[in-house]
Amino acid sequence: MLHFVQHDKRENTMSEETTTIRPFTQAAFNQYLAEHKLMTVKCTKCGGVYAPPREICPKCHSDEMEWVEANGKGKLAGFTVIYSGPTFMVEQGFDKKNPYVSGIVELEEGTFISARVTGLDMSKPEEIKVGTSLTVDFAEFGEGEAKKTYLAFKA
Amino acid sequence: MPKTRPLPRGVAMVGAGMSKFGAFAEKNSRDLFVESYKAMTKSVDKGFDPSRIEAMYVGNFSSDQFEHQAHLAPILADAVGLLPIPATRVEDACASGGVALRQGVMAIASGMADVVLVGGSEKMTALKTAEVTEALATAADVAFEIPAGFTFPGFYAAMASAYMDRYGMKSEHLMNVAVKNHDNAALNPNAQFGVTIQNWMEGRVAAAIKKGKPAPTWSTIWDFLHDEGGNPTIAYPLRLFDCSPISDGAASVLLVADEIAHEFSDHPIHIIGSAQASGSALHDRPELTSIPAAKTAATIAYEMAGVTSKDIRIAEVHDCFTIAEVIASEDLGFFAPGEGFKAAEDGVTARNGAKPINTSGGLKAKGHPVGASGVAQAVEVFKQMRGQAEARQVDGDISLALTHNVGATGSTCTVHVYERRN
Repeated sequence: MLHFVQHDKRENTMSEETTTIRPFTQAAFNQYLAEHKLMTVKCTKCGGVYAPPREICPKCHSDEMEWVEANGKGKLAGFTVIYSGPTFMVEQGFDKKNPYVSGIVELEEGTFISARVTGLDMSKPEEIKVGTSLTVDFAEFGEGEAKKTYLAFKA
Repeated sequence: MPKTRPLPRGVAMVGAGMSKFGAFAEKNSRDLFVESYKAMTKSVDKGFDPSRIEAMYVGNFSSDQFEHQAHLAPILADAVGLLPIPATRVEDACASGGVALRQGVMAIASGMADVVLVGGSEKMTALKTAEVTEALATAADVAFEIPAGFTFPGFYAAMASAYMDRYGMKSEHLMNVAVKNHDNAALNPNAQFGVTIQNWMEGRVAAAIKKGKPAPTWSTIWDFLHDEGGNPTIAYPLRLFDCSPISDGAASVLLVADEIAHEFSDHPIHIIGSAQASGSALHDRPELTSIPAAKTAATIAYEMAGVTSKDIRIAEVHDCFTIAEVIASEDLGFFAPGEGFKAAEDGVTARNGAKPINTSGGLKAKGHPVGASGVAQAVEVFKQMRGQAEARQVDGDISLALTHNVGATGSTCTVHVYERRN
Protein backbone atom coordinates (compact mmCIF):
# COMPACT_ATOMS: atom_id res chain seq x y z
CA MET A 1 0.00 0.00 0.00
CA LEU A 2 1.26 3.45 -0.87
CA HIS A 3 1.15 6.12 1.75
CA PHE A 4 1.57 9.73 0.90
CA VAL A 5 1.42 12.56 3.37
CA GLN A 6 -0.30 15.56 1.85
CA HIS A 7 0.73 19.06 2.84
CA ASP A 8 -2.35 21.24 3.11
CA LYS A 9 -0.97 24.68 2.30
CA ARG A 10 -4.23 26.54 3.06
CA GLU A 11 -4.03 25.63 6.73
CA ASN A 12 -0.25 25.54 6.67
CA THR A 13 -0.35 22.35 8.67
CA MET A 14 0.43 18.81 7.79
CA SER A 15 -2.80 16.95 7.26
CA GLU A 16 -3.25 13.59 8.90
CA GLU A 17 -4.93 12.48 5.72
CA THR A 18 -3.11 9.91 3.63
CA THR A 19 -4.04 8.93 0.15
CA THR A 20 -3.15 6.14 -2.21
CA ILE A 21 -3.01 8.46 -5.22
CA ARG A 22 -0.01 10.65 -5.84
CA PRO A 23 -0.25 13.38 -8.48
CA PHE A 24 0.85 12.34 -11.99
CA THR A 25 3.87 14.61 -11.95
CA GLN A 26 7.62 14.50 -12.45
CA ALA A 27 8.09 14.96 -8.68
CA ALA A 28 5.90 11.97 -7.87
CA PHE A 29 7.58 9.85 -10.57
CA ASN A 30 10.99 10.74 -9.13
CA GLN A 31 9.79 9.98 -5.59
CA TYR A 32 8.78 6.51 -6.78
CA LEU A 33 12.22 6.12 -8.41
CA ALA A 34 13.82 6.98 -5.06
CA GLU A 35 11.74 4.11 -3.63
CA HIS A 36 13.09 1.90 -6.44
CA LYS A 37 9.78 1.66 -8.21
CA LEU A 38 9.28 2.30 -11.92
CA MET A 39 5.69 3.46 -12.24
CA THR A 40 3.58 3.83 -15.35
CA VAL A 41 0.23 5.59 -15.50
CA LYS A 42 -2.79 3.84 -16.92
CA CYS A 43 -5.92 5.46 -18.32
CA THR A 44 -8.87 3.90 -16.52
CA LYS A 45 -11.14 4.75 -19.48
CA CYS A 46 -9.28 3.32 -22.49
CA GLY A 47 -6.52 1.30 -20.83
CA GLY A 48 -3.66 3.27 -22.43
CA VAL A 49 -0.40 2.85 -20.48
CA TYR A 50 2.19 5.63 -20.35
CA ALA A 51 5.64 6.28 -18.99
CA PRO A 52 6.65 8.98 -18.16
CA PRO A 53 3.46 9.99 -16.33
CA ARG A 54 0.77 12.19 -17.83
CA GLU A 55 -2.41 13.61 -16.37
CA ILE A 56 -4.48 13.49 -19.53
CA CYS A 57 -4.74 10.49 -21.84
CA PRO A 58 -3.59 11.48 -25.35
CA LYS A 59 -5.70 8.68 -26.90
CA CYS A 60 -9.13 9.34 -25.34
CA HIS A 61 -8.53 12.68 -23.53
CA SER A 62 -9.77 11.26 -20.22
CA ASP A 63 -8.16 12.61 -17.07
CA GLU A 64 -8.90 9.53 -15.00
CA MET A 65 -5.49 7.95 -14.60
CA GLU A 66 -3.98 5.52 -12.11
CA TRP A 67 -0.43 4.57 -11.17
CA VAL A 68 0.57 1.01 -12.05
CA GLU A 69 3.99 -0.38 -11.26
CA ALA A 70 5.84 -1.65 -14.33
CA ASN A 71 7.03 -5.24 -14.21
CA GLY A 72 10.52 -3.95 -14.85
CA LYS A 73 11.22 -5.92 -18.02
CA GLY A 74 11.96 -4.36 -21.35
CA LYS A 75 14.18 -4.34 -24.38
CA LEU A 76 16.56 -1.89 -25.97
CA ALA A 77 14.89 0.05 -28.81
CA GLY A 78 17.78 2.41 -29.53
CA PHE A 79 20.99 3.43 -27.80
CA THR A 80 24.11 5.52 -27.86
CA VAL A 81 27.47 5.38 -26.12
CA ILE A 82 28.29 8.90 -24.95
CA TYR A 83 31.91 9.92 -24.48
CA SER A 84 31.29 13.57 -23.69
CA GLY A 85 28.24 14.14 -21.53
CA PRO A 86 26.63 17.09 -19.81
CA THR A 87 28.14 18.55 -16.63
CA PHE A 88 25.98 16.52 -14.25
CA MET A 89 27.15 13.30 -15.90
CA VAL A 90 30.77 14.43 -15.68
CA GLU A 91 30.20 15.15 -11.99
CA GLN A 92 28.91 11.59 -11.66
CA GLY A 93 32.24 10.32 -12.97
CA PHE A 94 31.57 9.81 -16.68
CA ASP A 95 34.02 10.95 -19.33
CA LYS A 96 35.87 9.81 -22.45
CA LYS A 97 37.61 7.03 -20.52
CA ASN A 98 34.45 6.06 -18.66
CA PRO A 99 31.62 6.46 -21.19
CA TYR A 100 28.00 5.57 -20.55
CA VAL A 101 25.01 4.28 -22.49
CA SER A 102 21.75 6.20 -22.83
CA GLY A 103 18.89 4.26 -24.31
CA ILE A 104 15.28 4.19 -25.31
CA VAL A 105 13.70 1.20 -23.59
CA GLU A 106 10.50 -0.50 -24.70
CA LEU A 107 8.74 -1.74 -21.58
CA GLU A 108 6.85 -5.03 -21.66
CA GLU A 109 3.76 -2.93 -21.03
CA GLY A 110 4.24 -1.50 -24.55
CA THR A 111 5.33 2.02 -23.67
CA PHE A 112 8.82 3.48 -24.09
CA ILE A 113 11.05 5.49 -21.76
CA SER A 114 14.53 7.09 -21.77
CA ALA A 115 16.96 5.49 -19.33
CA ARG A 116 20.58 4.83 -18.59
CA VAL A 117 21.66 1.34 -19.60
CA THR A 118 24.28 -0.63 -17.68
CA GLY A 119 25.95 -4.00 -18.06
CA LEU A 120 26.92 -3.56 -21.73
CA ASP A 121 30.47 -3.82 -23.09
CA MET A 122 31.16 -0.25 -24.13
CA SER A 123 34.58 -1.14 -25.51
CA LYS A 124 32.73 -2.87 -28.36
CA PRO A 125 29.71 -0.66 -29.08
CA GLU A 126 29.24 -2.27 -32.51
CA GLU A 127 28.36 -5.49 -30.71
CA ILE A 128 25.59 -3.92 -28.62
CA LYS A 129 22.31 -5.14 -30.10
CA VAL A 130 19.00 -3.32 -30.42
CA GLY A 131 16.46 -5.71 -28.94
CA THR A 132 18.68 -6.75 -25.99
CA SER A 133 16.56 -7.83 -23.00
CA LEU A 134 16.81 -5.50 -20.01
CA THR A 135 15.60 -5.35 -16.43
CA VAL A 136 14.95 -2.21 -14.44
CA ASP A 137 17.67 -0.87 -12.17
CA PHE A 138 18.08 2.30 -10.16
CA ALA A 139 21.30 4.32 -10.27
CA GLU A 140 22.03 6.42 -7.20
CA PHE A 141 24.43 9.31 -6.99
CA GLY A 142 25.21 11.68 -4.12
CA GLU A 143 24.72 11.39 -0.37
CA GLY A 144 22.01 12.43 2.06
CA GLU A 145 19.89 15.38 0.90
CA ALA A 146 21.80 15.50 -2.38
CA LYS A 147 21.11 11.85 -3.21
CA LYS A 148 19.42 11.41 -6.57
CA THR A 149 18.01 8.25 -8.09
CA TYR A 150 18.05 7.82 -11.85
CA LEU A 151 16.12 5.32 -13.91
CA ALA A 152 18.42 2.70 -15.33
CA PHE A 153 18.11 -0.69 -16.97
CA LYS A 154 20.71 -3.45 -16.91
CA ALA A 155 21.44 -5.90 -19.65
CA MET B 1 -5.69 17.38 -35.82
CA PRO B 2 -4.11 19.94 -38.15
CA LYS B 3 -6.22 20.47 -41.27
CA THR B 4 -5.18 21.21 -44.81
CA ARG B 5 -6.55 24.50 -46.02
CA PRO B 6 -5.51 26.40 -49.13
CA LEU B 7 -3.70 29.69 -48.50
CA PRO B 8 -6.43 32.34 -48.48
CA ARG B 9 -4.07 34.73 -50.26
CA GLY B 10 -0.92 34.09 -52.28
CA VAL B 11 2.50 34.79 -50.73
CA ALA B 12 5.72 35.51 -52.61
CA MET B 13 9.36 35.72 -51.56
CA VAL B 14 11.01 38.66 -53.34
CA GLY B 15 14.25 38.98 -51.41
CA ALA B 16 16.59 36.67 -49.50
CA GLY B 17 20.02 37.04 -47.96
CA MET B 18 22.23 35.60 -45.27
CA SER B 19 25.26 36.57 -43.25
CA LYS B 20 28.36 34.48 -43.53
CA PHE B 21 28.02 31.54 -41.13
CA GLY B 22 30.91 30.73 -38.83
CA ALA B 23 32.46 31.67 -35.49
CA PHE B 24 32.79 35.43 -35.15
CA ALA B 25 34.14 36.70 -31.85
CA GLU B 26 33.41 40.31 -32.85
CA LYS B 27 29.78 39.86 -33.91
CA ASN B 28 26.60 39.38 -31.88
CA SER B 29 23.17 38.25 -33.09
CA ARG B 30 22.25 41.86 -33.89
CA ASP B 31 25.32 42.44 -36.09
CA LEU B 32 24.73 39.16 -37.89
CA PHE B 33 21.07 39.99 -38.48
CA VAL B 34 21.95 43.41 -39.95
CA GLU B 35 24.43 41.67 -42.27
CA SER B 36 21.70 39.31 -43.50
CA TYR B 37 19.17 42.15 -43.86
CA LYS B 38 21.57 44.15 -46.04
CA ALA B 39 22.18 41.10 -48.24
CA MET B 40 18.40 40.61 -48.50
CA THR B 41 17.74 44.22 -49.55
CA LYS B 42 20.39 43.94 -52.29
CA SER B 43 18.64 40.84 -53.64
CA VAL B 44 15.32 42.62 -54.28
CA ASP B 45 15.43 43.07 -58.08
CA LYS B 46 13.56 46.38 -58.29
CA GLY B 47 14.61 47.70 -54.88
CA PHE B 48 12.05 48.73 -52.29
CA ASP B 49 11.28 51.26 -49.60
CA PRO B 50 11.91 49.58 -46.20
CA SER B 51 9.08 51.64 -44.71
CA ARG B 52 6.72 49.33 -46.62
CA ILE B 53 7.60 46.52 -44.16
CA GLU B 54 4.67 46.15 -41.77
CA ALA B 55 5.78 43.35 -39.45
CA MET B 56 8.75 41.19 -38.59
CA TYR B 57 9.08 37.63 -37.28
CA VAL B 58 12.48 36.42 -36.18
CA GLY B 59 13.56 32.89 -35.35
CA ASN B 60 15.88 32.66 -32.38
CA PHE B 61 16.29 29.67 -30.11
CA SER B 62 18.02 31.04 -27.08
CA SER B 63 19.71 34.41 -27.08
CA ASP B 64 18.87 34.27 -23.34
CA GLN B 65 21.28 31.39 -22.80
CA PHE B 66 23.80 32.17 -25.55
CA GLU B 67 24.13 35.94 -25.09
CA HIS B 68 22.23 36.71 -21.89
CA GLN B 69 19.85 38.77 -24.01
CA ALA B 70 16.12 38.10 -24.07
CA HIS B 71 13.44 40.12 -25.89
CA LEU B 72 15.52 40.10 -29.04
CA ALA B 73 12.96 40.93 -31.73
CA PRO B 74 12.48 44.69 -31.10
CA ILE B 75 16.25 45.07 -30.76
CA LEU B 76 16.72 43.53 -34.20
CA ALA B 77 13.89 45.62 -35.68
CA ASP B 78 15.54 48.74 -34.27
CA ALA B 79 18.96 47.71 -35.59
CA VAL B 80 17.63 47.66 -39.16
CA GLY B 81 15.65 50.89 -38.69
CA LEU B 82 12.17 49.42 -38.78
CA LEU B 83 10.62 50.74 -35.55
CA PRO B 84 7.75 50.84 -34.67
CA ILE B 85 6.63 47.75 -36.62
CA PRO B 86 5.50 44.79 -34.50
CA ALA B 87 8.52 42.50 -34.08
CA THR B 88 8.05 39.00 -32.70
CA ARG B 89 10.63 36.45 -31.67
CA VAL B 90 9.63 32.89 -32.47
CA GLU B 91 11.08 29.97 -30.53
CA ASP B 92 10.69 26.32 -31.45
CA ALA B 93 14.28 25.21 -30.88
CA CYS B 94 16.15 24.51 -34.14
CA ALA B 95 12.87 24.94 -36.07
CA SER B 96 12.53 28.56 -34.88
CA GLY B 97 13.43 29.88 -38.33
CA GLY B 98 10.97 27.67 -40.18
CA VAL B 99 8.24 28.58 -37.74
CA ALA B 100 9.06 32.30 -38.12
CA LEU B 101 8.75 31.86 -41.89
CA ARG B 102 5.35 30.26 -41.42
CA GLN B 103 4.24 33.14 -39.18
CA GLY B 104 5.21 35.54 -41.96
CA VAL B 105 3.30 33.48 -44.52
CA MET B 106 0.22 33.50 -42.26
CA ALA B 107 0.44 37.27 -41.67
CA ILE B 108 0.29 37.91 -45.41
CA ALA B 109 -2.12 35.10 -46.31
CA SER B 110 -4.58 36.33 -43.68
CA GLY B 111 -4.57 39.83 -45.11
CA MET B 112 -3.16 41.36 -41.92
CA ALA B 113 -0.06 42.59 -43.79
CA ASP B 114 1.21 43.00 -47.35
CA VAL B 115 4.97 43.13 -46.69
CA VAL B 116 6.68 41.12 -43.93
CA LEU B 117 10.31 40.63 -42.98
CA VAL B 118 11.23 37.14 -41.75
CA GLY B 119 14.59 36.68 -40.08
CA GLY B 120 16.54 34.22 -38.03
CA SER B 121 19.62 34.92 -35.95
CA GLU B 122 21.71 33.00 -33.46
CA LYS B 123 25.03 33.75 -31.78
CA MET B 124 26.29 30.51 -30.23
CA THR B 125 30.07 30.64 -30.03
CA ALA B 126 30.40 33.01 -27.07
CA LEU B 127 29.92 30.00 -24.79
CA LYS B 128 32.24 27.04 -24.32
CA THR B 129 31.32 23.85 -26.21
CA ALA B 130 30.05 22.10 -23.06
CA GLU B 131 27.87 25.10 -22.23
CA VAL B 132 26.44 25.18 -25.76
CA THR B 133 25.68 21.45 -25.51
CA GLU B 134 23.79 22.06 -22.28
CA ALA B 135 21.92 25.05 -23.70
CA LEU B 136 20.83 22.94 -26.69
CA ALA B 137 19.77 20.13 -24.35
CA THR B 138 17.03 22.41 -22.97
CA ALA B 139 15.26 21.86 -26.31
CA ALA B 140 14.64 18.26 -25.20
CA ASP B 141 12.33 17.10 -22.40
CA VAL B 142 14.44 18.16 -19.44
CA ALA B 143 12.19 16.27 -17.00
CA PHE B 144 12.26 12.84 -18.57
CA GLU B 145 14.90 12.63 -21.32
CA ILE B 146 17.91 14.47 -20.00
CA PRO B 147 18.30 12.48 -16.72
CA ALA B 148 19.14 9.45 -18.91
CA GLY B 149 22.28 11.34 -19.92
CA PHE B 150 21.17 12.09 -23.48
CA THR B 151 22.83 14.84 -25.46
CA PHE B 152 21.61 15.92 -28.92
CA PRO B 153 24.25 13.87 -30.71
CA GLY B 154 23.09 11.07 -28.39
CA PHE B 155 19.42 11.31 -29.40
CA TYR B 156 20.24 11.17 -33.09
CA ALA B 157 22.76 8.39 -32.42
CA ALA B 158 19.96 6.38 -30.79
CA MET B 159 17.83 6.97 -33.90
CA ALA B 160 20.79 5.84 -36.03
CA SER B 161 21.21 2.68 -33.94
CA ALA B 162 17.56 1.78 -34.49
CA TYR B 163 17.83 2.57 -38.22
CA MET B 164 20.99 0.44 -38.58
CA ASP B 165 19.28 -2.45 -36.81
CA ARG B 166 16.11 -2.21 -38.89
CA TYR B 167 17.54 -1.54 -42.34
CA GLY B 168 21.06 -2.97 -42.24
CA MET B 169 22.77 0.39 -42.69
CA LYS B 170 26.37 0.63 -41.50
CA SER B 171 27.59 3.78 -39.78
CA GLU B 172 30.01 4.15 -42.73
CA HIS B 173 27.06 4.87 -45.00
CA LEU B 174 26.42 8.10 -43.13
CA MET B 175 29.84 9.37 -44.22
CA ASN B 176 28.47 9.73 -47.75
CA VAL B 177 26.08 12.43 -46.50
CA ALA B 178 28.91 14.37 -44.86
CA VAL B 179 31.13 14.11 -47.96
CA LYS B 180 28.32 15.34 -50.24
CA ASN B 181 27.38 18.26 -48.00
CA HIS B 182 31.00 19.37 -47.64
CA ASP B 183 31.36 19.16 -51.45
CA ASN B 184 28.40 21.55 -51.75
CA ALA B 185 29.57 23.88 -48.97
CA ALA B 186 32.95 24.19 -50.69
CA LEU B 187 31.06 26.11 -53.41
CA ASN B 188 29.09 28.30 -50.98
CA PRO B 189 30.96 31.47 -50.00
CA ASN B 190 28.71 31.90 -46.93
CA ALA B 191 29.38 28.42 -45.54
CA GLN B 192 31.13 27.94 -42.21
CA PHE B 193 33.11 25.00 -43.57
CA GLY B 194 33.64 25.90 -47.20
CA VAL B 195 36.01 22.99 -47.75
CA THR B 196 35.69 19.45 -49.00
CA ILE B 197 36.64 16.69 -46.59
CA GLN B 198 39.64 16.03 -48.87
CA ASN B 199 40.78 19.65 -48.29
CA TRP B 200 40.11 19.30 -44.59
CA MET B 201 42.22 16.14 -44.34
CA GLU B 202 45.08 17.70 -46.32
CA GLY B 203 44.91 20.72 -44.01
CA ARG B 204 45.27 18.46 -40.98
CA VAL B 205 48.31 16.75 -42.51
CA ALA B 206 49.91 20.09 -43.45
CA ALA B 207 49.28 21.47 -39.93
CA ALA B 208 50.93 18.42 -38.34
CA ILE B 209 54.00 18.76 -40.58
CA LYS B 210 54.23 22.47 -39.84
CA LYS B 211 54.21 21.78 -36.10
CA GLY B 212 56.95 19.16 -36.56
CA LYS B 213 54.61 16.35 -35.47
CA PRO B 214 54.45 13.00 -37.26
CA ALA B 215 52.14 13.41 -40.26
CA PRO B 216 49.00 11.23 -40.19
CA THR B 217 49.11 8.48 -42.80
CA TRP B 218 45.61 8.86 -44.22
CA SER B 219 45.79 8.10 -47.94
CA THR B 220 42.10 8.70 -48.71
CA ILE B 221 39.23 10.55 -47.06
CA TRP B 222 37.82 7.14 -46.11
CA ASP B 223 40.97 6.40 -44.08
CA PHE B 224 40.54 9.80 -42.45
CA LEU B 225 36.84 9.32 -41.71
CA HIS B 226 37.41 5.86 -40.23
CA ASP B 227 40.25 7.04 -37.97
CA GLU B 228 39.47 8.14 -34.42
CA GLY B 229 42.29 10.66 -34.79
CA GLY B 230 40.62 12.29 -37.78
CA ASN B 231 36.97 11.66 -37.03
CA PRO B 232 36.46 10.86 -33.34
CA THR B 233 33.30 9.19 -32.05
CA ILE B 234 31.08 11.72 -30.28
CA ALA B 235 28.09 9.55 -29.44
CA TYR B 236 28.30 6.06 -30.93
CA PRO B 237 27.53 5.45 -33.77
CA LEU B 238 27.91 9.15 -34.67
CA ARG B 239 31.33 10.69 -35.21
CA LEU B 240 32.47 14.30 -35.45
CA PHE B 241 31.77 14.51 -39.20
CA ASP B 242 28.22 13.28 -38.63
CA CYS B 243 27.48 16.42 -36.58
CA SER B 244 26.65 19.98 -37.58
CA PRO B 245 28.90 22.62 -35.99
CA ILE B 246 28.28 25.31 -33.39
CA SER B 247 27.71 28.46 -35.42
CA ASP B 248 26.98 32.16 -35.50
CA GLY B 249 24.82 33.45 -38.32
CA ALA B 250 21.62 35.06 -39.55
CA ALA B 251 19.29 35.01 -42.54
CA SER B 252 16.50 37.26 -43.81
CA VAL B 253 13.77 36.97 -46.43
CA LEU B 254 11.16 39.45 -47.64
CA LEU B 255 7.64 38.15 -48.11
CA VAL B 256 4.93 40.10 -49.95
CA ALA B 257 1.38 39.47 -51.13
CA ASP B 258 1.26 37.89 -54.61
CA GLU B 259 -0.68 40.82 -56.06
CA ILE B 260 2.09 43.34 -55.30
CA ALA B 261 5.05 41.01 -55.99
CA HIS B 262 5.61 42.58 -59.44
CA GLU B 263 6.47 45.88 -57.70
CA PHE B 264 9.51 44.15 -56.18
CA SER B 265 10.58 41.59 -58.76
CA ASP B 266 9.66 39.99 -62.06
CA HIS B 267 10.96 36.69 -60.69
CA PRO B 268 9.29 36.14 -57.33
CA ILE B 269 9.30 32.74 -55.65
CA HIS B 270 5.83 31.79 -54.49
CA ILE B 271 5.32 29.91 -51.22
CA ILE B 272 2.49 27.54 -52.06
CA GLY B 273 2.67 25.13 -49.12
CA SER B 274 3.38 25.94 -45.46
CA ALA B 275 2.85 23.39 -42.73
CA GLN B 276 3.95 22.73 -39.18
CA ALA B 277 3.42 19.78 -36.85
CA SER B 278 4.43 18.85 -33.31
CA GLY B 279 5.73 15.59 -31.91
CA SER B 280 6.48 13.93 -28.60
CA ALA B 281 9.75 13.30 -26.85
CA LEU B 282 11.81 10.72 -28.74
CA HIS B 283 10.83 7.89 -26.38
CA ASP B 284 7.08 8.41 -26.91
CA ARG B 285 7.07 7.47 -30.59
CA PRO B 286 5.97 4.22 -32.18
CA GLU B 287 9.33 3.94 -33.98
CA LEU B 288 12.71 5.68 -33.84
CA THR B 289 13.44 5.43 -37.56
CA SER B 290 11.17 8.25 -38.73
CA ILE B 291 9.85 11.56 -37.41
CA PRO B 292 6.03 11.61 -37.28
CA ALA B 293 5.82 15.43 -37.18
CA ALA B 294 7.84 15.61 -40.40
CA LYS B 295 5.54 13.16 -42.15
CA THR B 296 2.47 15.10 -41.01
CA ALA B 297 3.90 18.48 -42.04
CA ALA B 298 5.01 17.09 -45.41
CA THR B 299 1.61 15.57 -46.15
CA ILE B 300 -0.15 18.85 -45.39
CA ALA B 301 2.35 21.01 -47.29
CA TYR B 302 2.09 18.80 -50.39
CA GLU B 303 -1.72 18.88 -50.23
CA MET B 304 -1.76 22.66 -49.85
CA ALA B 305 0.58 23.02 -52.79
CA GLY B 306 -1.22 20.41 -54.90
CA VAL B 307 2.05 18.60 -55.61
CA THR B 308 3.70 15.31 -54.65
CA SER B 309 7.20 14.48 -53.46
CA LYS B 310 8.08 13.41 -57.02
CA ASP B 311 7.47 16.95 -58.30
CA ILE B 312 10.06 18.51 -55.98
CA ARG B 313 13.28 19.26 -57.87
CA ILE B 314 15.56 20.27 -54.93
CA ALA B 315 15.24 20.27 -51.16
CA GLU B 316 17.02 21.80 -48.21
CA VAL B 317 16.47 19.41 -45.29
CA HIS B 318 17.40 19.57 -41.62
CA ASP B 319 20.69 17.63 -41.47
CA CYS B 320 21.72 18.59 -37.93
CA PHE B 321 23.25 15.10 -38.04
CA THR B 322 23.87 12.92 -41.09
CA ILE B 323 21.25 10.39 -39.97
CA ALA B 324 18.72 13.26 -39.83
CA GLU B 325 19.15 13.89 -43.57
CA VAL B 326 18.62 10.19 -44.32
CA ILE B 327 15.45 10.04 -42.22
CA ALA B 328 14.20 13.38 -43.62
CA SER B 329 14.59 12.15 -47.19
CA GLU B 330 12.28 9.24 -46.31
CA ASP B 331 9.78 11.23 -44.20
CA LEU B 332 9.39 13.66 -47.12
CA GLY B 333 8.58 10.78 -49.46
CA PHE B 334 11.66 11.14 -51.68
CA PHE B 335 12.75 7.58 -50.89
CA ALA B 336 11.06 4.54 -49.34
CA PRO B 337 11.80 3.76 -45.69
CA GLY B 338 15.20 2.10 -45.49
CA GLU B 339 16.29 3.43 -48.89
CA GLY B 340 17.41 6.94 -47.94
CA PHE B 341 20.91 5.95 -46.88
CA LYS B 342 21.57 4.42 -50.30
CA ALA B 343 20.64 7.67 -52.07
CA ALA B 344 23.69 9.56 -50.82
CA GLU B 345 25.93 6.57 -51.62
CA ASP B 346 24.54 6.32 -55.16
CA GLY B 347 24.83 10.05 -55.84
CA VAL B 348 21.06 10.56 -56.19
CA THR B 349 21.10 13.42 -53.68
CA ALA B 350 24.28 15.02 -55.09
CA ARG B 351 24.10 18.39 -56.82
CA ASN B 352 24.01 16.69 -60.23
CA GLY B 353 21.78 13.84 -59.06
CA ALA B 354 18.09 13.22 -59.66
CA LYS B 355 17.07 14.70 -56.29
CA PRO B 356 19.67 17.20 -55.06
CA ILE B 357 19.50 17.66 -51.27
CA ASN B 358 21.25 20.42 -49.34
CA THR B 359 23.00 22.14 -52.23
CA SER B 360 23.93 24.88 -49.72
CA GLY B 361 26.08 22.43 -47.78
CA GLY B 362 23.27 21.85 -45.30
CA LEU B 363 23.43 22.45 -41.60
CA LYS B 364 26.35 20.01 -41.58
CA ALA B 365 28.79 22.16 -43.55
CA LYS B 366 27.12 25.51 -44.18
CA GLY B 367 26.70 25.77 -40.40
CA HIS B 368 23.81 25.64 -37.95
CA PRO B 369 23.15 28.87 -36.05
CA VAL B 370 19.98 27.21 -34.85
CA GLY B 371 17.34 29.96 -35.08
CA ALA B 372 18.67 31.10 -38.46
CA SER B 373 18.82 27.69 -40.14
CA GLY B 374 15.17 27.47 -41.25
CA VAL B 375 15.36 30.90 -42.87
CA ALA B 376 18.74 30.20 -44.48
CA GLN B 377 17.16 27.16 -46.15
CA ALA B 378 14.67 29.53 -47.82
CA VAL B 379 17.59 31.74 -48.92
CA GLU B 380 19.19 28.78 -50.71
CA VAL B 381 16.05 27.74 -52.59
CA PHE B 382 15.45 31.40 -53.55
CA LYS B 383 18.91 31.53 -55.13
CA GLN B 384 18.72 28.10 -56.75
CA MET B 385 15.24 28.66 -58.21
CA ARG B 386 16.31 32.00 -59.70
CA GLY B 387 19.56 30.64 -61.14
CA GLN B 388 21.70 32.71 -58.76
CA ALA B 389 23.51 29.94 -56.87
CA GLU B 390 26.76 30.53 -58.78
CA ALA B 391 29.21 27.62 -58.68
CA ARG B 392 26.74 25.30 -56.93
CA GLN B 393 23.82 26.06 -59.28
CA VAL B 394 21.77 22.97 -60.09
CA ASP B 395 21.28 22.50 -63.84
CA GLY B 396 17.93 22.97 -65.52
CA ASP B 397 14.67 24.54 -64.48
CA ILE B 398 13.74 24.38 -60.83
CA SER B 399 10.04 25.11 -60.71
CA LEU B 400 9.36 23.40 -57.35
CA ALA B 401 11.53 23.25 -54.23
CA LEU B 402 11.06 22.34 -50.57
CA THR B 403 12.52 23.22 -47.17
CA HIS B 404 12.25 21.01 -44.07
CA ASN B 405 13.22 22.38 -40.65
CA VAL B 406 13.19 20.31 -37.43
CA GLY B 407 13.20 21.33 -33.77
CA ALA B 408 14.95 19.00 -31.31
CA THR B 409 14.44 15.34 -32.28
CA GLY B 410 11.28 16.19 -34.20
CA SER B 411 9.09 17.80 -31.55
CA THR B 412 8.55 20.51 -34.16
CA CYS B 413 8.77 20.27 -37.92
CA THR B 414 7.96 22.78 -40.65
CA VAL B 415 7.77 22.04 -44.36
CA HIS B 416 7.49 24.74 -47.03
CA VAL B 417 6.94 24.27 -50.77
CA TYR B 418 8.13 26.93 -53.23
CA GLU B 419 7.15 27.56 -56.84
CA ARG B 420 8.75 29.59 -59.62
CA ARG B 421 6.28 30.61 -62.31
CA ASN B 422 8.49 32.72 -64.58
